[in-house]
Amino acid sequence: MRDVAAAPPVLRMAGVSKSFGATRALDDVSFVLGHGQVHALIGENGAGKSTMMKILSGAISPDAGRMEIDGRPYAPSGPADGLRCGVSMIYQELNLAPHLTVEENIMLGREAHTAGWLDRKAMMRKVRESLELVRHPEISPEVPVGRLSVGAKQLVEIARALTNRSRIVVMDEPTSSLTQEDSQRLFEIIRGLKGQDVSIIYISHFLEEIQRVADSYTVLRDGRSVGSGTMEGTSLEDIIQLMVGQKFIQLFPKVEHTAGEPVLSLNSLKGTRMASPVSLTLSKGEILGVAGLVGSGRTEMLRTLFGLDEVEGGAVVVSGAELTGRRPWTRIRRGLGLLSEDRQGEGLAPALTVADNMTLSDLAPYRRHGLLSPSRQRRAVAGLIGTLKIKAKGPDQKVGDLSGGNQQKVALARLLHQKASVLLLDEPTRGIDVVSKSQIYELIGGLAREGKAVLFVSSYLPELLGICDRIVVFHRGVLVESRPTSAWDAAGLMAAATVGRTSREKPIEQRNTV
Amino acid sequence: MSRQRRTGVGRALNLFGPFIGLLLVIALFALIPEVQGRFLRAANFKSVATQSVIVALGALGMTLIIISGGIDLSAASNIALASVITAYAINAGAAPILAILLGVLTGGLVGLVNGGLVTRLRLVPFIVTMGMMGIARGAAKWIAGNQKIDAPMTWVNELMSKSPRPPWLLLAPGIWIVILFAVAMAVLLKYTVFGRHIFAVGSNEATARLCGLRTNQIKILVYAISGLFCGLSGVMEFSRLTVGDPTVAVGLELDIIAAVVIGGGSLSGGEGSILGTMVGVLIMSFLRNGCTMMGWPNYIQEIIIGAIIIVAVALDRLRHRTA
Repeated sequence: MRDVAAAPPVLRMAGVSKSFGATRALDDVSFVLGHGQVHALIGENGAGKSTMMKILSGAISPDAGRMEIDGRPYAPSGPADGLRCGVSMIYQELNLAPHLTVEENIMLGREAHTAGWLDRKAMMRKVRESLELVRHPEISPEVPVGRLSVGAKQLVEIARALTNRSRIVVMDEPTSSLTQEDSQRLFEIIRGLKGQDVSIIYISHFLEEIQRVADSYTVLRDGRSVGSGTMEGTSLEDIIQLMVGQKFIQLFPKVEHTAGEPVLSLNSLKGTRMASPVSLTLSKGEILGVAGLVGSGRTEMLRTLFGLDEVEGGAVVVSGAELTGRRPWTRIRRGLGLLSEDRQGEGLAPALTVADNMTLSDLAPYRRHGLLSPSRQRRAVAGLIGTLKIKAKGPDQKVGDLSGGNQQKVALARLLHQKASVLLLDEPTRGIDVVSKSQIYELIGGLAREGKAVLFVSSYLPELLGICDRIVVFHRGVLVESRPTSAWDAAGLMAAATVGRTSREKPIEQRNTV
Repeated sequence: MSRQRRTGVGRALNLFGPFIGLLLVIALFALIPEVQGRFLRAANFKSVATQSVIVALGALGMTLIIISGGIDLSAASNIALASVITAYAINAGAAPILAILLGVLTGGLVGLVNGGLVTRLRLVPFIVTMGMMGIARGAAKWIAGNQKIDAPMTWVNELMSKSPRPPWLLLAPGIWIVILFAVAMAVLLKYTVFGRHIFAVGSNEATARLCGLRTNQIKILVYAISGLFCGLSGVMEFSRLTVGDPTVAVGLELDIIAAVVIGGGSLSGGEGSILGTMVGVLIMSFLRNGCTMMGWPNYIQEIIIGAIIIVAVALDRLRHRTA
């Protein structure tokens, strides 16, 4: 055993500060990471986590403070330098070249060569060694990374960090887009890494997950470190209290609402990308949760319903009349609104302003003689920015500059602006902070009270149980079960989602799809 | 299991797709009775190959640029400039080898400036090279005094001769030069660190930078190499015409880009191959050749080649979906 008392910690950050213009992003933050430890870095979006990690990686340099790795001063000149010093970042936005193979990606920038000629054998050997630890059926050295699933890609990044002999691996929201299975695999790998004396800084919004994997934690709030300690003996409530400070938040605010007459029904709706037809009914003022594993067909159902994927058969009835058009614009006219699960890629145009993004789906009110009036657009969205408590400099700020939570609110505001009466929300709280989450739940409740119908797809069971009136479960493309929320619990939902049946029911026939 | 089989088919299509296109084009004209006899002759194939040399050399460099995620619209102007410089030098009494060197280096210099502007000023390659397209063309006309430069016959003019000396060469020396450099570039892309880095920059530049690649240096080098190939192509243009003509090769950059794209290159970077590009060049040459034999007017050729480009890219997308 290593003499912990004598050896310096792997990483020590002391008095680190960083300002961007007038905003103080990090204020005198200190941080210690022990050998072979998983240290959770917790905080709302905008608390300073990413600034701190950018400083650690060398992407930006601090205004004040110093860093040490193994007791030696560490001042990286850039990300490549940080990598050389043993600091690897595994970002949410995956950092891989999709056209290159697994082997090429892992060895990128560190190719074995003699005078510029690649030594493939040596590289293959190294790559196989590191793939040994992350074992995954999809991953073999010759496969182009673009063909892998998100989970497998993440493991390739981890393998890259391993071949680099990284001492410190930073994982930023590693499980946010992983399936349950891949998350489990990740946790096992993390355990393996600890055994090899690799230290991990683990950033996640999933507090239950943090409790499972982390040895210690540090909570950031408004750029300051407000608390740290060992995970053992610390409750989630303690951590949430540290995150939000004096503010008291209720994660699932209760907003009274009652369901009215049916407004949307799918009658054996089948799309080319759906495994089987789906029937369900949604009423005014109802929040209907849709549970299921990633890839179980929930998103495909929403997209088919909204006309983004091709319809193959069945009918959709909205407010008593069958939908005829097949394209999204016809669906929008009939009152449907979709919030995409892919905020950056599809949900928003990051380079456009808040006002442009909110009004994009309904510009008619701002048009006169064929010309748009930006000032009226701005006036119209000012109210929405207030109602949704969006932290933005104003209607003219670029959406790409906002935090994740605020971006998501802008995307939601668009549905409100287009006056959608049926809201199809796909993972609306993915990757956003607790406070924004709570605000979004409250907003959804308020919408239901106004008589809007909400279809709420989520992989996060507590929120489904917390705000939905009824929950349906998808398993391998099939809607297997529908019950009022009071008749569900987390274990039952998980069982239905993972094996396609619940204890109270006879097993449904085993399907051999996928 | 089915997944693996499908990727197998996809890979086969990736490898042979352009070849199938080439065979189709050749088969098409071979089946038309009016031209069959003339088209299928070895002499005709030889002349098609010779006509391909200029585009092929330009396309070798363009393949590297497109794989790296860039584009070079100045390629054709650069070719004209290099041909004028070569003629100018020979006319001024320089040794032929020196003239060739000057022509090639001029091309390289233009490429170097392109790469420098793209990386130092962080400008979009499309804009930089569009500007350079005008600058190089203007410079060529200026140096040539806005007319053709006549140059005395030297051995340089034999580079593109269909009956080469010595006869055992069988093909014009220009064709052998293309083959030599095509192999060299294919090896460079597949077996060297530099080649791999070109793909990485085109596939995801941010990642490449993060992994410690000197992305700017890689890009500058790619543009410079491509410029050298344009220079060499200009020398061949001069060899073919026996004069330095500043107005030659107008619009040829689009043929060059089309060849790369037909051969599987992706304008968003990360994809492309030398073999594919060369097949792309041949597809277009055979089409031109066949159309001319049919006595079809020029505009028909233009329409057909335009359609081929669109079909090739559409097939490419299909290929990616099945892969």
